[in-house]
Amino acid sequence: METTRRDFLMVGTKLLVMTAATASALERVLAGAADAAAPYNTADHWWAMLIDVEKCIGGGHCVRACKTENDVVDEPMYFRTWVERYHIDMSDPDHPVVDSPDGGINGFSEKYAEGDGKTFFVPKLCNHCADSPCTQVCPVGATFRTNDGVVLIDKDYCVGCRYCVQACPYGCRYLDPRSHTADKCTLCYHRLTRGMVPACVEVCPTGARQIADLKNPNDPAHEYLRTHKIQVLKPQMATGAKVYYNGLDGAVR
Amino acid sequence: MQGPLKDVEHLIRLSALFAAGLLLFAVARAQFVPDDFGQYGHYRAGAIADVAAKPMVYAGRARCTECHEDEVNEAAPSRHKVIACETCHGALLKHADDPEVAVPKADAQTLCLRCHAANTGKPSHQPTVVAKDHSDEDSCVPCHQAHDPRMDQEP
Repeated sequence: METTRRDFLMVGTKLLVMTAATASALERVLAGAADAAAPYNTADHWWAMLIDVEKCIGGGHCVRACKTENDVVDEPMYFRTWVERYHIDMSDPDHPVVDSPDGGINGFSEKYAEGDGKTFFVPKLCNHCADSPCTQVCPVGATFRTNDGVVLIDKDYCVGCRYCVQACPYGCRYLDPRSHTADKCTLCYHRLTRGMVPACVEVCPTGARQIADLKNPNDPAHEYLRTHKIQVLKPQMATGAKVYYNGLDGAVR
Repeated sequence: MQGPLKDVEHLIRLSALFAAGLLLFAVARAQFVPDDFGQYGHYRAGAIADVAAKPMVYAGRARCTECHEDEVNEAAPSRHKVIACETCHGALLKHADDPEVAVPKADAQTLCLRCHAANTGKPSHQPTVVAKDHSDEDSCVPCHQAHDPRMDQEP
């Protein structure tokens, strides 16, 4: 039988496609053999955090745990998560006094008297915005929002220009002086992908912080979000912030 | 050069230069941009795995329970049952992986007061004391065992 040009092309293409498919299948098998236990698929998750302001006691456990888990730089004292103390004096309710000594890492010493206005603690961290300004300004594609809703930084690609530090409306980014790259909360992505909760959530003694997977229909967060008075920080900026606060005072910025 | 191309000769040279520049750019770009850049968006897909590969430091409650079920049971009837072991004992994945690694001893007084020292900012439902009035700043442990701090518990 004489091989026509058409036959040759058809057989050649089939062979090419088949080898590629087999190769990729083999690659999957080989890669999967190592961590076959719980394959993490980004399409199955959409991460958010719930913070119950009424439960926060300002002990600073979250701040310390975050520093330890993520090796957050101490000099200068930067934070991926920190706790702010708000004090609203009834004589001047429009101007709340905010302090956060060392990010609340050692808790808060007594500063106000009982009945002297309203005092409360607000934990802060990256809001892992769905439409984040920080990822939009990056000139080199070094920061991005993953399919599972976590804003991450590519340390190999970051050129340290600090645009993202300025763009974040929540002040959640800083430049790590050791690597000269931007740094921020990863929502403990290395723990989430291993089926663990973030370090701050793990150690919070009052359950003021909860991690939520909004793509999991059985996550109790859905009911919590429906039945509580939930707010996000700076909603007017339309960042799609995903740190949901319960019991947040309108004075918090 | 003679003939009809005489007047555009400089343009031909220019476009050759331009084409060479384009080629150089294409080759350089293919060389420097990683294959996985743009797989999910304007970023390097491999960066996600880089972040996820970071080692953990906190073991998590489940790992502690594997060996220390007694202590977990001790806390079970008390309000401290919701608190993770590592909230007070510190990050202990190294210890969980190798029990030989010593667990640093923390000062109980400091640990208790982190949550239970009176402070105006704390929510009213949080049990707090002024250490000076409550125990004259003596240790909490003789009366309150940390895992189950109810008063009737044996220290």
